[in-house]
Amino acid sequence: MSMFKKSEKKEMPGIASGSLSDIVFMLLFFFMVTTQMRETENKVVVRIPSATESVKLERKDLATYINVGAPIRRLQAQYGNEPRIQLNDSFRNIDDIRDFIAAERDSKKEGERALMTVCIRADQDVRMGTITDIKQELRRCSALKIMYSARKGQ
Amino acid sequence: MAKKTPAINSSSTADIAFLLLCYFLMTTTMGTQTGLSRRLPPMPDPSQKVEDMKVNRRNIILVRINSADRIFAGSDPIDISQLKDKVKLIVTNPADNPNFPAKEPKEIKGIGTREVTKAVISLQNDRGTTYDVYIAVQNELVKAVNELRDEASMKEFGKKFAALDEEHQKAIKELVPPQISEAEPKDVGKSRRR
Repeated sequence: MSMFKKSEKKEMPGIASGSLSDIVFMLLFFFMVTTQMRETENKVVVRIPSATESVKLERKDLATYINVGAPIRRLQAQYGNEPRIQLNDSFRNIDDIRDFIAAERDSKKEGERALMTVCIRADQDVRMGTITDIKQELRRCSALKIMYSARKGQ
Repeated sequence: MAKKTPAINSSSTADIAFLLLCYFLMTTTMGTQTGLSRRLPPMPDPSQKVEDMKVNRRNIILVRINSADRIFAGSDPIDISQLKDKVKLIVTNPADNPNFPAKEPKEIKGIGTREVTKAVISLQNDRGTTYDVYIAVQNELVKAVNELRDEASMKEFGKKFAALDEEHQKAIKELVPPQISEAEPKDVGKSRRR
């Protein structure tokens, strides 16, 4: 009896929204995992050399990056095509590394400062002269843990 | 009689969502940074000069790269493909060659007394060396040490070095200590190009 009564009014069934939260959470997690907090704009071309024995950087939050390479094409008119050092967002000289390291060290937690790794991301065509200068400067400011950035594999 | 549209069964959407989540979690690389980890020697103190002299000449394996990217092990030019085996041979020194690194017995926790090499691998480069070649040589040296450690751990524990637990790894590191030292910068050969 009630079967006939119900069919009098035609109505669209509502789309079940119980799982909406799941989908939203999934998206949220996905973006949380993949976004990198602060990706500095690259102003130098860095083609990282490859090495079969390269290992993962353990504490990414304790890493500091020094980019070395020729300026990108857009900036070559202004800066030339000699390899330059990029710290954070600007071209710098060897002498600025000291201040840069000091600032980076201050931004890390007190107990973890000794674990700070300086990651040298240098282009494969850079001459070792530049790298040696950087290494000497790092030794002077006693940032001794370094890592030569290299791709895994051949 | 009008037919009622049946509601879509939505109880499995959560499962699908989780499936997708797991998939993305597995496949996304978080831009992991890889590379060769090194420890720079601290800046020498003028008062600590004496310590450098203590390392016997025969214990130093000198690898040089000149400005033309030529590689020298000791004083002989060598191809990069042979470098690893040469370094391994010199470090292990199976024939007890008096010109190659010395070995001394040492008590190691968990293994016992073993002959431990006193070799130090020193890598020197020129200002004109290309970074690419430098990394390739560094890589070969790391590979030499890693392979020696693998061989030692296979012999002692029957497992690869990476599969050992921390304590055993420490023991193997003691057994195969060679460290690659970042030499003081020195210009080897004239740098023709910079």
